[in-house]
Order: sequence, then structure tokens, then C-alpha cells
Amino acid sequence: MQDLNLLANDNRGQSQLENGSGLVGWEEVTQGSILPSFVGDATEIVHHKSEERTYSNFNSYTATVASWRVEKPVFNIDVCIDCQNCWVWCPDTSILSRDKQMLGIDYDHCKGCAVCAEVCPTNPKSLIMFSEQTALEEALASWPEKKKKEEK
Amino acid sequence: MAEKYDLQEREVWDGNFAASQALRQAQVDVVAAYPITPSTPIVESYGSYVANGYIDGEFVMVESEHAAMSGCIGASAAGGRVSTATSSQGFALMAEVLYQASGMRLPIVLNVVNRALASPLNVRGDHADMYLGRDSGWIQFGAFNAQEAYDLALCAFKVGENHDVRLPVMVHQDGFITSHTAQNVYPLTDEAAYNFVGDFKAVDDMLDFSRPVTYGAQTEEDWHFEHKAKQHKALMDSRPVIDEVFAKFKKLTGREYKRVESYNMEDADVAIVALGTTVETAIVAAEQLRKETGIKAGVVAIRCFRPFPFDEVRNALENTKCVAVTDRSSPGGAMGAFYNEVSAALYTTEKRPLVTNFIYGLGGRDFSIDEAKRIFKEQQAHADAGHITTDIQQFSGLRGPHLGFFQTKRG
Repeated sequence: MQDLNLLANDNRGQSQLENGSGLVGWEEVTQGSILPSFVGDATEIVHHKSEERTYSNFNSYTATVASWRVEKPVFNIDVCIDCQNCWVWCPDTSILSRDKQMLGIDYDHCKGCAVCAEVCPTNPKSLIMFSEQTALEEALASWPEKKKKEEK
Repeated sequence: MAEKYDLQEREVWDGNFAASQALRQAQVDVVAAYPITPSTPIVESYGSYVANGYIDGEFVMVESEHAAMSGCIGASAAGGRVSTATSSQGFALMAEVLYQASGMRLPIVLNVVNRALASPLNVRGDHADMYLGRDSGWIQFGAFNAQEAYDLALCAFKVGENHDVRLPVMVHQDGFITSHTAQNVYPLTDEAAYNFVGDFKAVDDMLDFSRPVTYGAQTEEDWHFEHKAKQHKALMDSRPVIDEVFAKFKKLTGREYKRVESYNMEDADVAIVALGTTVETAIVAAEQLRKETGIKAGVVAIRCFRPFPFDEVRNALENTKCVAVTDRSSPGGAMGAFYNEVSAALYTTEKRPLVTNFIYGLGGRDFSIDEAKRIFKEQQAHADAGHITTDIQQFSGLRGPHLGFFQTKRG
């Protein structure tokens, strides 16, 4: 299951990109559309975990693009071997992993490309695509059995 | 530490060498360039200054002008003083990236040695490349001789890098006529020139690791318009800063520059409005004509093509009777762009002088003093008649049957 504490304690995915609110006039936009990634001095920020960083509202970390997704990957921790293949291949850094322990999916930035499910080597897969509306519990309850070798 | 370069009080330089000396004295950090005729010697000289220790800088050889301006953008965003030079086809290939530089508010100085655009291929000077840059969001200065190419390059750094401006600046000079004609040039000492330009003070520089920034953000219909409006306002607001820099330069050198230059305009009835080396030709013609015929001829020259000096153009010309606006760029199925801009300014004046358009000098075709006199006389004839008696747009110095378009509905 998702590590809900990790997701609840930071400002990840708080704003919609297309919500049309909070738009400022020409006099307030940044010069040259140059966008600072962090609030305050960021010299040491690389040593902090993402949920501890002072991401600015210009950083895509604080925005969500969840609405772009049609199908979502669901993660099953009972099958996962923490090989980190999905973490390596995800084009949107949406695989949440700490100390090489797979934690779950960043559904604010995952666009549903299914690369993670494709590269997952376990049997059955630890990441399977489900329609966006499917509840996580329902998805996990319908997880397939291990395929036997002769079925290949 | 840079080697000392020996300079005389008076040097004999062509426009290219003059511009390169300004780059040396401003101690430009990076030049990324793909040399092209007739601007080649500017970046070639910079390369030799680096190689011989006169500049602590970097010459980056790239594979195209698109890459040249891209490299300049990277170096400028990183936080350096950056410049390059180009002409014609190279300028055209650079066009896409010019908009990136101005949109990101990077104060790059581009020395443009004006040259015609193919086809047919031509290496001589006309203003087709300069016109191509007129909507690119850059400040555009025009030098009419080698001294001005040097002076304006120094001013360009000081204007563009001003934190109230933060815009890239082009310094234009006419291909060959200015770029390859050796003339007397009075340079500043290295110390005086550098002190005038000042140290580069970075803004939003990418090498500031305490404040990482994103350059080149994507903005759609909800943000793009506001950013472009802000950029346009910055360009408009650069006008007083330009005036201020020109005033400081005058104090230092005694050489005075204005966004719009006027010659013999105090009592002028007729005027030629021109850009580039044509200005000096027209001035000589106006002076001779005043002595020979009594026609009160004057010349208005645009020093600062962008931001377009709508107000100053109007002030310079509103008391004339007839004005010929000269475009040294093929207008491609319209009145000349410069004619349209000057006409729009004059339309808002009380007296609305008559305005005609001459397309001339394409591909380096010579514009003579006699031809300038003929144009002045023709404007006097319009003034006497009270309306334009010829086609509004004509071609000057063209072989073959008369070519002209559109007639006036006034009178």
C-alpha cells in the first residue's frame, strides 16, 4: 500500500496546472519567465529529502498533472522484490522509493505511461495498470496468481 | 590577467575591427560564433584577442548561427558577459533563437553587419537582415560609420545589462561600406572603456547554486500573453535608460548620440528619413542642395530602430511639408516597413506632412549624392503642389521602366 504519511507531510501536487485561479497580471509575472525552484537559500537542499525541501510554487513538484492519466499503475508490495527497475525507467520520477525500498506511486505526477509495469520482472507483476476509477483495494484483490512455467 | 593592448589616441580601423575592440575592452566572457561575410573579422579578432591573452574569455566554435546564438544564451544565462556577430543568412538562421534570448531577458550584444538576404545570393549591404529582427524583442542600434560601431557597441553592453532593462541589443552597421572601410576612430583607453561599461552583474544566473532557476518555461494561453506584454513594456521603458547611457557617453567622449538624429531640421521643408550609411550621403546632399537651390532640406536618421522612437520621430518631422522615407529592404508586397512606421507616427501630428516611400540600395546598390538631391527636389515639388504628385512608393536607382505603386487620395 501507499505510504500515506510520506505523501501527506509535504506540498507535493497541491496545485492544478489548468485550474485558472491565482493567475496574476503582467506586472507580477517573473522577468523572462525565469522560475526559481525553491523558496530561500537552496545551497544545501540536495541533502534534504523531497518532502523536507522548500519547493516554490513554480516548481512542478507542487503541481499535479493527475488529470492527464487514463490508466494508473497499482503497486503490490507483497510481490515486489525492490529491484528498482521501475524507479530507473519511470520518465516522470513518479516511483517513490527510499533506501531502495519501494514505497508506491506519486499519483500527482504519474501520467500512466505503463513503462513501470512493462519493466517489472516479478511473477506476477508487482505493478499492473488499472483504469483510473478502480479503487486500490479492488485492484489488489483482483491481483493475478503466479504463472506456472508450463503455461508460458 | 589580460595583456596590455597598445592603442593610439587615433586609430585607423574599419567597422569590424572597431566593433571587435569594443568587445575586447568590455572584456566579453564568451563569444559563440559561426563567422559569416561581412561580419567575420569581428569574431575572428575576438578569437585572436583570446589566443594572445588580451582577453580572459572563451571563443566557442559552433556548427551554425542557430547554435551560435544558442551558445550565447547558455553562457549568458550562466551569468557571463556575452556577444557575437553575424550577417544575412546567418542572421536568418539565428532568428528563432533571437526570440529566445529576448524572451529570457538575456543582455547579449549582437553585432550585425547588415547584408542582403538571398535569393539571389548577395554579400553586399542592405537592411533585409536588420528588418528581419525588428519584431524579435531586441534593442536595435544603428551605426553609420566605424566610430559609431565602436561607440554603440560599448553603449549596448551598458544599456542591455542595466537591471531596469535586461534585454539583448543589436548594433547594426552596413556591410562593407562601414564594416570594411578604414576610417579614423578615436578609441577610449581600456580603463575608461571598461569603467564606462562596468562589471557584469548577473541576474537569475544558472551558476548561482543557492537559487536554482528554470529557463525556458512553457506558458500557454493563460500565461504567455502576460509575459510578452511585460517584455514589450521593458523594451518601451528602455528608452530613458538609452538616453541616460548616451548622455554619460557624451560626458566621457564628447560624442553625442540620440535615439533620433536630426541634421538641418530646424527650418526644413523637406526631409529624407534614413538608416545606416545612407544618412551621411543624405546629409551631404542636403547641405549642397541648400547652397545650390535654397531648398530647405534636412535629414532625420534613426539611431535606435527598436524600441521605435515614435515620439522622437514625430517631434523631428512634424513641421516639415514632405518627407521621403527610405527602405533598404525589399518590402515583399507592402509599403516599406520603415515607411509604415514613420507614417503612423506622422499621422498623429497636427499638420500631417506628405510622406513618400523609396525602395533603394538593395544588394548594396550605391545610393549617390545626386540621387538624394533628386529625391529632395521631388519632395519639394510635392510640397509646392500640396499633394504627392508621383506614385507613393517608388524605386530609386533601379534599371528598367519606372516601377511604382499607389497614388494619393489627398488633393
